[in-house]
Order: sequence, then C-alpha cells, then structure tokens
Amino acid sequence: MKLSKCFQQGRFVITCEVGPPKGIEIEKLINELEPLRSKADAFNVTDLQSSVLRVGSLATCRLLKEKDLEPIMQLTCRDRNRLGLQSDVLSAAVLGVDNLLCLTGDHPKLGDHPQAMPVFDLDSVQLLSAVKRLMDGKDMAGNDLEGRPPQFCLGAVVNPGADPLEPQIMKMEKKVRAGAEFFQTQAVYEVDKFAKFMKRVGHLKVPVMAGIVLLKSPAMAKFMNANVAGIHVPDEIIDELSSVPKEKRVGKSLEISARLIRQLKNLCQGVHIMALGWERHITAVLEMAGL
Amino acid sequence: MIFTQSKPIDEVLESLGEEKDIFLLACNGCVEACETGGEKGLAAIKGELEKAGKKITGTCLVDFLCNKMLVTTRLSREMDKIQSADSIVILTCGIGVQAVSKVVNKVVHPADNTVSLGGLQGLWPSDERCQACGDCALDYTGGICPIAFCAKGLLNGPCGGAQDGKCEVDAEKDCGWQLIYERLEQVGRLENFKKIRTPRDHSNMLPSDELRKTSFYDIEA
Repeated sequence: MKLSKCFQQGRFVITCEVGPPKGIEIEKLINELEPLRSKADAFNVTDLQSSVLRVGSLATCRLLKEKDLEPIMQLTCRDRNRLGLQSDVLSAAVLGVDNLLCLTGDHPKLGDHPQAMPVFDLDSVQLLSAVKRLMDGKDMAGNDLEGRPPQFCLGAVVNPGADPLEPQIMKMEKKVRAGAEFFQTQAVYEVDKFAKFMKRVGHLKVPVMAGIVLLKSPAMAKFMNANVAGIHVPDEIIDELSSVPKEKRVGKSLEISARLIRQLKNLCQGVHIMALGWERHITAVLEMAGL
Repeated sequence: MIFTQSKPIDEVLESLGEEKDIFLLACNGCVEACETGGEKGLAAIKGELEKAGKKITGTCLVDFLCNKMLVTTRLSREMDKIQSADSIVILTCGIGVQAVSKVVNKVVHPADNTVSLGGLQGLWPSDERCQACGDCALDYTGGICPIAFCAKGLLNGPCGGAQDGKCEVDAEKDCGWQLIYERLEQVGRLENFKKIRTPRDHSNMLPSDELRKTSFYDIEA
C-alpha cells in the first residue's frame, strides 16, 4: 500500500528503518520486525547505508512484502547510473514495491569500500523527476514504456538541522516540484527548532515525518553531535541520559524518545524511527508515546 | 603547468622487473619545476636505479616531452642508445609518456604520477576547477563549478552531509554548494538556485573525432 494513503487518512504515520545484514542470513531482521507489524505503517529498507556493502534494498523489500510488511525502498544515486536506477525502479514495481524514497546517498569514501567510484550520475532531484517520468510511461530518454506504467508513492529526505537551513529548504522545494509526496527528516532532538522548520516549510503542504534516533548512550549522542551533519543533541538530554546508572539507561533512553515523539506529534504528520540495532525496543517507545 | 609527483622507486623497480639496461629520459618542462624531472630528477633516479643494479645505457633531457616534433628530433640522435636498452624510464607527465611511446618502439615506464593539469600563464587546464563537462553551469552557480567543487558533482543543491560548511568527504574542504549559495546570495541571484537542472549529458565529455584528428590535439598526427 502506498504511504500517501496513510497520510490521506489523517493518521499520524509511523515508519521504521531497517538495515539489511552484511551477509545472507536475513531471517533475524525479518523476525525482529514481526512485533512491529501492528505498530508501524511501513519499513524503510536502506540502500547500502553509510556506503557499507550489504544485502540490497530491493531483495529485502520483496522479502518484507512476502511477509505482508509494507516496504519503502530507499534508492540512492551513489552506485548506479541512470540506466541502473531506472531499471531498478521498474524491477521494484514488478516485485510489488509501492513506496520509493529517493536520496543522493553518502559518498563511498565514508564507507567500507572507499576505493569505489562514486557514480552520482543523477542527483536526488533528478532521480525523483526520472521516476515521475517512468510513472508517466516514459524513460529519461523519452522512449515509451510498454504497457501500463509503474505507480509509486515517492518520498524524499530533508535535514531540518542543517546550517545554513535555507539551501536545504530550497532543495526541498525542488524535490516537491520533482514529485516528492512525503519527507522524512534527519534525527530531531530540538523540538523548538523543528517547530520553526515546520512553519518555514508549511507552504509546501507536504507531509513531514520527524526522524527519531534512539540514543544508546551519552557517548553516542556526543559522537553524533561531533560527526553527523545536522544532528544536535542538547546538553540537557545528554545529562538526563547520564544521570541514571548504566543498567537503567535503556529505560531512560526510551523515555526520552517517547517524550520527543509526544512533543513532535502535534507539529508534523509522522515519525520515522531509526533504531540502529535497537529494533526490539521500538514497540516499547511507541507505547510509552501513546501510539 | 602540469603537476607531477615521483612514483615510489619500488613501484618503478617492480615495473622494470628483469629489464636491466635502461635508457633514462626526462622532460625539462613542468616536471623540472616540480623536481620530478629535469636534471635534478634525472640524477636522483639514475642513482637509485644504479643502486638497484640497473645499467643506464644513456640519458637525455628534452624541453617538452609533450611536443612530438621536439621528441622525434631530439631522440633521433640517441636512437642507438635507446635501441640497445631493454626499456625507457621517463620522468614526465602522462601526456609526455604517451608522446614518447608513439615515437619510439620501446617499452616505456613512467616514473611520475600526474596529479593535476595545473595552470599555465593565462590558462588553467585543470580538472580541479573545470572537468570539461561540455555543459557549463557557471552562469547559474555564480561562477563556482558544482561539478568540480562538490564531491558528488550535484547539480541541484547540497546533499545533507555538509557540516559547518565542510564537505562530508573531507573536513578540510568547503562544501561547494555552500560556497555557491553564499555567492548567489551575495550577487542577488538566489533565484538561480530554484531552477531544476536536468541531468548531465556525459557524451559531451568526449572530444569529437574531428578534433581528435587535428594536429593541435592529437599526438599521433
């Protein structure tokens, strides 16, 4: 089912991120998602996240589909030129994928194959345009597709914590014009700042899902502050997490995330949860948040 | 000027393998300034090769190894020494190596790596500023090239990876799109940013066959 339907129903939409394994034993991933069946509307399957070699997004999306779990296929411009990308988009349609999230992708230098050639034949705006064109029955070269065209709900990403923010918003506007129907954001920890961002992009009238990354430790928060673009975990949250003994940290972390979700609920149309290995805790967070 | 760096001597020796008698050829142009060629570079590698047990059959300095006419004339005087050698070790840029290999029927071993096409008086034929994409976008990006300055060559704005104005690939490098944004703001052309740029036509990067055949372009001509 297309994610756009969930937004149309006026629901607060919940998606979770799924990182395929580095290796072929994928059963664990599928099993971990089982308890989330009734909680999440869809699952983003990452496309070689952080430029690290893993099982592909398309194959994993299909496995989710077979389990009746709704996938969102992430598609980056890093590894394929326009032929490869368009072909994979058609393949996704053939395999029953209804939702695509189009992004630029990390540079290969950040991953485990820094020697790889960075492709970036298209950028995220051009990729959205290309998929939209396929949905209109034509490829990028203007050739007609045979038979009925593929249909997708197209998503994109934005980083509300970027500084300066204005270029991000200008690119977000382009993505909407190119066909993006919903946005997922980088992790949000500052509700006030996010509220201002939502006000600034209100004219785009497009659903935005706030990113939630579960904090595993104060060190992780500090690491993200220093190394991840656009993420800022305020000192109060780090102090709050540090204030409890180690054995109570998980509970505290979930409490912080649940509180953030409750605060964000009235500002945006959904949340996108990136658990980064803590998938088993997602149900608890959502329940604590009253979802 | 074309910028070069000396290859590690072990790499040159590995490339030479069993070849014992070596003719040494060095350019006296750009590599002279980089000290990867010229008299100084030539003397340095001669010592290294001899230390490794190689016999140098002769040496030769040519002002511009990229100039085929010059190479042909100058090397004709050395042909005996060249022919008696197993191979030629050349201190020059990639273009010089290709020019020599076209003129002399002998195995060539480059001793330098070409790292940049650099700049000559009034010229900057360098891909760190211009990658000769064949579809110049500078008018729309405030005179800063998104292909050369963005690590991903993005045409429609920054990715989400820049932090404090620095590129996600190299924290020492400015985010090209931040520079473009600031410049467009400065010159009052932020409207340009809003235009959706269509994908590049990579076939533009291939010089036409006609151009390849001109004497200005082709080292074979």
